[in-house]
Amino acid sequence: MAKVSNKKRSGRRKRSAAEQKKQEAPEEEQEVSEEEQELPGADEEVTSEEEEEDGQDERRHQKLLEAISALGGKRKKTLGERSEAATQMSEFTVNSKGEGDRIDLSELIDTAQKTPAVPNKTRKQLKSLKKLKKTIECPLSKQESERIQRDLAFQKAASEVSRWNSIVVQNQRAEQLRFPLDRERSGPKPMERVVTGWKAQTPLEKEIFALLSANMQPIHDPVLTPEEELSLKAMSLEDAKIRRAELQKARALQSYYEAKARRERKIKSKKYHRVQNKAKRKEFLKRFDDMAKTDPAAALEELNKMELVRMQERMSLKHQNSGKWAKSKAVMAKYDEGARKAMQQQLEVNKDLTQKLVTSLNQDEEEEEEQQEEEAELLPECVNDAEKGGEPSNPWMRGKLSEDPAEGPAADPEGAAAPQARAAVEEEEEEEEEEGEEEKLLREFDRRRKQRQSEEAETPAVISLVDDDEDDDDDEGDGEEEKLSEFTNIFRGIVESRQEAASITDDSAQLEGSLQRIRTLQDVELLAEDVSAAEPPPAEPQQPPDGPPAAAPPAEGKSRKRKKGIELKEVLTKEAKVIRVPLAPTVAGDAEGGEETLDQRGLIKEAFAGDDVVSDFLKDKRRQEDAGKPKHVDLTLPGWGEWGGTGLKPSRRKRKRFRIRAAPAPPRKDERLPAVIISEKRNSSLTLHQVNSLPFPFQTHTQFESTVRAPVGRTWNTERTVKTMTKPRVVTQLGAIIPPMDREQLMKQEQSKAGAGTAKPQRHTKA
Amino acid sequence: EGAAPAWTPLLHSAPPRGFLSARDGPRYRHRHRDPELSPCSPASCCQLAAVTTLLLPKSRQAAEAEIKHTTEPAPPPRAPALVQMKVKVLSRNPDDYVRETKLDIQRVPRNYDPSLHPFEVSREYTRALNATKLERVFAKPFLASLDGHRDGVNCMAKHCKSLSTLLSAACDGEVKVWDLTKHECVRTLQAHEGFVRGMVVRFCGTSFFTVGDDKTIKQWKMQAPAYGEEEEPLNTILGKTVFTGLDHHQKEAVFATCGQQVDIWDEQRSSPIRSFTWGVDSFSSVRFNPVETELLASCASDRSVVLYDMRESTPLRKVIMKMRSNTVCWNPMEAYYFTSANEDYNLYTYDMRYLTSPVTVHMDHVSAVLDVDYSPTGTEFVSASFDKTIRIFPKSAGHSREVYHTKRMQHVICIKWSADNRYILSGSDEMNIRLWKANAAEKLGVLSPREKQATHYSQKLKEKFQHHPQIRRIARHRHLPKNIYHQTKELKIMKEARRRK
Repeated sequence: MAKVSNKKRSGRRKRSAAEQKKQEAPEEEQEVSEEEQELPGADEEVTSEEEEEDGQDERRHQKLLEAISALGGKRKKTLGERSEAATQMSEFTVNSKGEGDRIDLSELIDTAQKTPAVPNKTRKQLKSLKKLKKTIECPLSKQESERIQRDLAFQKAASEVSRWNSIVVQNQRAEQLRFPLDRERSGPKPMERVVTGWKAQTPLEKEIFALLSANMQPIHDPVLTPEEELSLKAMSLEDAKIRRAELQKARALQSYYEAKARRERKIKSKKYHRVQNKAKRKEFLKRFDDMAKTDPAAALEELNKMELVRMQERMSLKHQNSGKWAKSKAVMAKYDEGARKAMQQQLEVNKDLTQKLVTSLNQDEEEEEEQQEEEAELLPECVNDAEKGGEPSNPWMRGKLSEDPAEGPAADPEGAAAPQARAAVEEEEEEEEEEGEEEKLLREFDRRRKQRQSEEAETPAVISLVDDDEDDDDDEGDGEEEKLSEFTNIFRGIVESRQEAASITDDSAQLEGSLQRIRTLQDVELLAEDVSAAEPPPAEPQQPPDGPPAAAPPAEGKSRKRKKGIELKEVLTKEAKVIRVPLAPTVAGDAEGGEETLDQRGLIKEAFAGDDVVSDFLKDKRRQEDAGKPKHVDLTLPGWGEWGGTGLKPSRRKRKRFRIRAAPAPPRKDERLPAVIISEKRNSSLTLHQVNSLPFPFQTHTQFESTVRAPVGRTWNTERTVKTMTKPRVVTQLGAIIPPMDREQLMKQEQSKAGAGTAKPQRHTKA
Repeated sequence: EGAAPAWTPLLHSAPPRGFLSARDGPRYRHRHRDPELSPCSPASCCQLAAVTTLLLPKSRQAAEAEIKHTTEPAPPPRAPALVQMKVKVLSRNPDDYVRETKLDIQRVPRNYDPSLHPFEVSREYTRALNATKLERVFAKPFLASLDGHRDGVNCMAKHCKSLSTLLSAACDGEVKVWDLTKHECVRTLQAHEGFVRGMVVRFCGTSFFTVGDDKTIKQWKMQAPAYGEEEEPLNTILGKTVFTGLDHHQKEAVFATCGQQVDIWDEQRSSPIRSFTWGVDSFSSVRFNPVETELLASCASDRSVVLYDMRESTPLRKVIMKMRSNTVCWNPMEAYYFTSANEDYNLYTYDMRYLTSPVTVHMDHVSAVLDVDYSPTGTEFVSASFDKTIRIFPKSAGHSREVYHTKRMQHVICIKWSADNRYILSGSDEMNIRLWKANAAEKLGVLSPREKQATHYSQKLKEKFQHHPQIRRIARHRHLPKNIYHQTKELKIMKEARRRK
C-alpha cells in the first residue's frame, strides 16, 4: 500500500531543476530573489572575470562558458582561482617561482617564531599545530545531514509520543470510559484528601497540632497511629486473609449447628426424639467405654455424675406416672393411644435414668435384673399386663411368658421390642377393652395409686402388693398377702379370660393373620396343658426354634431375685420390662396412613381419570418411530409392459422389480428407553438462529458458550449486578464539550504511579 | 349432635371474607385501605374452599355442600363429628401491592434461584432480537438540513467553546455561522474571492481563520459586527502562493497552513516562522495533533503523508502510499494514531511510530474518501466520500458500522463530529449542511433513569448475541442506493479476482 521513503532523495538536483523552470518564468518575483540569494558566489565570479579579461573573444568565450556552467548547476562552484596579471607577464621581471606549489604552514609560522611580538602562548600553540598531520574531514552533504537530522527528530518525537502508551492501553482496557475526562467528581471527598490540604493557622490549632505530633498521633493521610501501623505490619495480608477465612468458617458452622438444633427442637415427633435420645445414649455409652479404657479417672467422674442423676431420679417420683398428669393420662389411656404412649415414655425415661451402669454394677447384675422385674410390676397394671407373664410360678403367667418371648424373637431376633410384638400386645389390650372391664381396672389402679402415695412410708407393703403371685407361690407367704388387693385378682381373671378366649376362638388371632401368631396360640394351648408342670424348663422347648436361647436365663435370674427379697428403693423405682411391651398401635397407624395415601392416589386418579397419559405417550412414541423409518419406494407403473385397467394389478415380479427397498434405519437412541422420546431430527427453524461457527475473538466453544449462558437481565440478577453488567462502555455527558486528551492527564498518571507504586490505576477511567 | 352450630357460623357469619354475591360486587371493586374489608377475589374463595377441604377430610363432602349453597340454610350434616374448624383465609394488605399513584413503582419480590427461571438464554435471545429489530425501526439518523449557501460547502469548522455554533465556508468564498439548535444561519460574510480552502476556529473561540484561493489568510472575529459596522477581518496576511489547508495549534497562538509548503505562522507575524518542504510542491491538508500539540501531519501530492514537529527544522518522516490522501485526522485521545482518507476508497489508520504498515485499513466506501473526522471520544471516526455517503467506523474495525445517505445529498466534501459526541455534520456539493445523529437509533434529549437502564440493557443484549446469525443480519442490514450497492458488489468481485491471481 504504502512505503516509507527513508532513502536519501536527490533533492538538490531536483530543486535546481525547479529553479531552472522558475528562471524561465521570471514573473514571480520571489523565485527570482531566491535565485539571487542562493547564487551569490557565481555572480561575483562573473564580474571579477569580466574586469580581468581584455581579449574580446576570450571574454566572450568565457562568458559563454559561465552561462553554460550557470545553467548546469547553481551550486556547482567554479574553482576559486585568483588570477593575477603578474603571473601572466612579468612587468618588472619578477619571476613567480614555485607558483603551483603549496604553501606549507610551517613556512608561514617560521616567521612568527622569530618575531618577538608574538606571545609565547601562541608560539606553543603553533608548534603543536605543526606536529598535527591530520586533515579535517570535509562536512557531510546537505542531503545526508538533513536525513540524519530527520531521523533524530523522528526518534525524539516517537519517544515523546510513546509516553502516552500507558494511558492509551489503559483506556482501551477500561471497562468504562467517562467523557469529558478531567471532570471533578461531585459529592463528598474522602476525608484524607480534605485533611491533607488543610493547615493549622490559629494559635489554638497550632497548639493542638503540636500536642498531636508530640503524642505520635496521626495527622495526615493514613489515619493510623504508629501502633496501629505496626500491628498492621505485624500481620501479613495472607495471614489475615487465612485467619479471616477461618473465622468466617467457624461462624458459618456455628450458625449451621444452631439452625440445625433449632430445627430439631421444633420437630414434634416424639418417636424421632426417642430415637435420637436412644442414639445419643448409645453413643455416650460407647464413648464411656472407651473412656474407661483410656482415661479411668474421667470415666469415674462420669460414672459418679450418672450415679448422682440416678440417685436423684430414684429419690424422686418423677417419671413414675404418679403425678397429676399421669393420672389424667391414665384415665384417658384406655381410649387414647397417645396417652398410653406418653405414659410409656415416662416410664422409659425413668428406667433409663435409674438403670445402674453395667460397668459399675457387674457384681449386682442380678439385683439389677430383679429391679427391672419389680419395676415392671410397679407399672399401671392395665397397661403392662403382658409383663405379668414373667412369673414362672404362675401357670397363667407362665403361659403368657412363653407367648411373649415367642413373639418377640420371631419378629426381632435381637430380642428388642419389635413392632409385631407390640401389635400382639395391643391386640390383647383391645380384647381387654372389649371385655369391658377396663373401667373397673382403671378405678382399681387409681385407688392403688392413692394408696401407695399415702403409704409411701410402708413401701414394702406396696411391693408385696405388686409381686402378687410369687408371694403365695414362693416361700415368702407373708402377711402382706392380705394387702394383695382385688386388683391382682382381677388381673388374674383377665389373664384367664384371655387365655380362654385364645384357646376357644382363634378369631382374635386370625385378625393378625400371621403364621407366628397361630403358632404361639398353639403354644399357648400346649402351655395350658402343661399347667401342672410349674417349672420354667418345660416352657423353653415350647418356644419357637428361632427364639434366642438367652430368653431362658433371665427368667431364672428373676426367680432367683424373688428369693432375695425386695428392697425399698428398688421397688420404688422399678421398671424394666415395661418398655419391652410397647403399646403403640403401630399396625393400626400404618393401616391408617396407607389409607390416607391411597386416598391421595385415588384423588389424583380421579382428577386425571379422562386422560391415559401413558398409553398416549406410547402411541406418540410409536408414531414417531414409524415416521422415522425409511420407506420403500414403489415405482411400478401399472400397464407398462403388460395389460392394464381396472381390476388388474401389476404382476408380482414387476412389483418386486420396481420396488426400491430402503436401507434399515440406524437404531434409535431411545430404543431401550421406554419412557423417553429422543428426536434426532434437526429443527430447521431453530438452526436459523444458531451460531454455525465459532465467532472471531473466541478461542474455544466453551468460551463463547459461557458468554452467552450467563443471563444479564434483572429477571435473573439483582439490581446491582444488572447495573454493573449493563453499564455502557463509553459514557458522555449530555451537552458537554469533550476536549481532547490533555498533557495534564499524563502528569496525573505519572504522579499517581510515582505516588502509589505500580498497583494503583488511574482514576479517571473508573466508572 | 352439637357439631352443626360449631362450624356453620364460621361459614355463614363471615360472608365478607369468603363469599361474594353479585349484589355487593361493586363495593369490593374499590380499593379498601381497611384490611378487614380487604377486597375479596374469587381466588380467595377458592382458597377458602381448599382450606376447608384440607382441614376436613372426613366431612369434606358436607363442607363442599356448604360452600355450594351458602345462601340457603345448611342441611343437617351427615357425620356428627366433633369438629372445631379454623379457617385461615389469605388476606393481604392492599398497601403492599397496590400503587398509590401510577408513578409509584411496585415492589416486585423476586427469587433469583436459577432453577425457578429456566430458559434464560432463550428468553434473553428473544429480547435481544426484539431490541435489534427495534433499533432498526428507530434508526432515523437524519435530523436537519441547513441550507443557505449558494455554492458547494467546501469546509466547516467546529466552535471550540460552543456546541451550538458551526461555521461553514462555500466554494464562492462565503462563510456562514450557524446556530445548530435553531437550525438557522446567524451570520454571513464574504471571506474570500474564490474558494475558501480552509477554516479553523482559534482555541479560545473568539476568532477564526480562513484561507482562500486569493492567497490570503484572514482572521475574523467570532462576534458579528455591530450595527453599522463593516464586516472586516481582524487581520489579513497576504501569502505568496495559494493556501489549501489550515489548522490551529491547540493552545498557542500558532497556526499552520499548507500549499506549496507547510508553513507555521505566529499570529503576530505576517511571515511564517517556519516552513517545511520535502521535495513536493503541493499539500492538500495539514492537521495539528491535538494531544501532542507540537506535531503535525500533512497530505502531499506525491501520495504521501508527511509528519512534522513544529520545533524541528526538518520534517520527521513520510509515508508514500499507492494513491493520494485527501485529508488526515489525529485521534484526539490517543496521541500517536492518525487516520488518512485516501483516494483508493479506503481509510488508513497509522501509528505514527511505526509507519511501515497501517494499523487498520478501513474499507467500505466505493469512491474516493474526501474527509475524515474523529469523534471526540476517540473511539470512532466518520468519513465523507465522493460516493455521496457518510460512513462511521469504529477506530479499530475494518468495516463501517453505519452508513448515512439521502437521495439529495451529493458528494460529501467535509465532515465533522460534534464536540459532545452526539451529532455528525456533513457539508456537501449541493450546498447543504446536514445534521445527523451519531447513533442512528439513539433517543435524543434527557432520558429518565429507567429509560437509560432499558437502553443499556438492550445494548448489552445486542452485544451479547451479536454473533447470532439472525441478530447479526438484522443489525447489519442497511438500505443502500442502488449504484452504491452494485458498486460494492463489483468491488468485492474485483477484490476476489485480484486475490485469486
